[in-house]
Amino acid sequence: MRIRAIVHRVLREMLRDKRTLALMFLAPLFILTLMFFLFEDSSTSVAKIGVSHVNTNLVKTLKTKHTEIATFKQTSGATAKIRNHRLAAFISQKNGKLTVTYANSQPGDTTIVKQTLQGAVTKLKVQRLVAATKAQKQALTQQSRQLKALVAQQAAAQGQSTPTTAKKKAAPSVAKAPSYAVTSHYLYGSSSSTFFDTFLPVLLGFFVFFFVFLISGISLLNERTTGTLTRLLATPVRRGEIITGYLIGYGIFAVIQTLITVTFALTVFNIHMLGSVWVILLINFLLAMVALSMGIFISTFANSEFQMVQFIPIVIVPQVFFSGIISVTAMPDWLQWIAHIFPLYYGGEALMNVATRGDSLGAVSGDLWLLLLFAVAFTALNVVGLKRYRRV
Amino acid sequence: MTQTMIEVHKVAKRFGNNVVLKQVSLRLPAGQIMGLIGPSGAGKTTLVKAIMGMERVDAGETTVLNTAMPNRQIMQKIGYMAQSDALYETLTARENLHFFGELMGVHGAQLTAAITHVAAVVNLTDELSRRVRAYSGGMKRRLSLAIALIADPALLILDEPTVGIDPELRQQIWAELRRLKQQGKAILVTTHVMDEAERCDELMLIREGIALAQGTPAELKRAYAVDTIEQVFLKAGRLQDEN
Repeated sequence: MRIRAIVHRVLREMLRDKRTLALMFLAPLFILTLMFFLFEDSSTSVAKIGVSHVNTNLVKTLKTKHTEIATFKQTSGATAKIRNHRLAAFISQKNGKLTVTYANSQPGDTTIVKQTLQGAVTKLKVQRLVAATKAQKQALTQQSRQLKALVAQQAAAQGQSTPTTAKKKAAPSVAKAPSYAVTSHYLYGSSSSTFFDTFLPVLLGFFVFFFVFLISGISLLNERTTGTLTRLLATPVRRGEIITGYLIGYGIFAVIQTLITVTFALTVFNIHMLGSVWVILLINFLLAMVALSMGIFISTFANSEFQMVQFIPIVIVPQVFFSGIISVTAMPDWLQWIAHIFPLYYGGEALMNVATRGDSLGAVSGDLWLLLLFAVAFTALNVVGLKRYRRV
Repeated sequence: MTQTMIEVHKVAKRFGNNVVLKQVSLRLPAGQIMGLIGPSGAGKTTLVKAIMGMERVDAGETTVLNTAMPNRQIMQKIGYMAQSDALYETLTARENLHFFGELMGVHGAQLTAAITHVAAVVNLTDELSRRVRAYSGGMKRRLSLAIALIADPALLILDEPTVGIDPELRQQIWAELRRLKQQGKAILVTTHVMDEAERCDELMLIREGIALAQGTPAELKRAYAVDTIEQVFLKAGRLQDEN
């Protein structure tokens, strides 16, 4: 009964606060859309490469849709040329030795030039190899012809028993080198997948976490600073009832937010998930519960909204690093250990595995239990924490 | 002898090195209005919170309705009005009353009737549907008082109930308090308005955490040989400073 009254009040207050509602429901969509376009097509960028006295074949292969070639007469003054002509890189050649200077102000451009150059060099090498093999083949056929002639001469001289063996020995050396054609298949996404597609599941989890944390934390902080929390505890309400009421009240908004964000991502960006959408929703819901209980807990240590916002760099930002956007397995051991104390690490891992590997509910249950543990632990701390206001 | 509503026995409390309450004792029987008077910072609010079981005390004990505090169930029988208005500003007055009513265990038709009644007492009947954000300071104070009355409690603890309320309405509120007292309810009021002190059955003077004097207004005036409670207060303060 009392829980219902609290839930009712939380819902009513939220519905009256249109701006907070908009922040919770629309801000994630806005940011996601922005990110979608930011990461959408990195292939449109063109790197300008300056070349001087570089093998014409190489220059020809360097020219792709991602590069633009500018030819210079002088090989010296790479730095000045890069500066004056806004080049991504400058390549000069001296006796078969290539010297490359990168501007490196845009790491993306540097990567494009490096890859193009490597590709061009490899291509040229292969071409040369093919030419050499052809020459060799010609030489070999000539040799074998000469050999045949020789054998024929010998046979004519000694009888007819040996020519077959001679033929067998010559045959393998003209075998054709196999050529490799690569056909690619993608489990998750497609060849046009961008950074955005891959990390969208983690981003969804992050937004749910961030906004629920902020809103629940600040709401409870308001109750503390306006004195309504103390007033609430001057009634026979149980401490647990207050916290439960909050979890349910804000939990309802968190569920709606998750539904909106996930539906938006699936329909508008046409992202396809390998795993079940329901599992994705469940993980996000658990993340919201952790964020909720954590927000309430952290608000205990803040005396104003301003101080609450100060917790974002400490509590939220590090979680982003360990959420899977940066590969945790590639981190040093001690950092990997630290990663394990952050709820978003488990949430991010579960979301990635379900979305990109098609993991079932059972496969990610370990992560889910841990998230639940976080939520339960913080909830318990909150119930105990309210003792500050009333001893029973 | 009437039922004892509040019994405070040698309560002491300090915040760090600052002594807020020093061996304070009091007894409030049913059907009586007791006034706690003293300057701000004297320890009135701390004493009130100690009685409610919302403030940990270092020594001594408090009982409400013969039950040692803190006790969650007893809260249901106490109508509390805090010194600062703790209201949900985005909600209307009726929603605030409804919410606190439910928390106090009043439901349904009974709650609707109670809301109508307490709104009439504090003269807010026509303003019930307005959001509290649009309320003036005095209106908020009245709404807080209405919330304290919502569950028809046996004991009222009112911390500065009439601050910011105009004289006419103050008369009205005191008339209501007297009526409640006649019904056998006990009321503990903190105030520093001296003419209100005169209306209490029993007074307790608190200054710097010490209960300086206790008795009916008439007894106190006689003991200090002065004509008004204000003079009692000033004289008691001077005596305390001399010692």
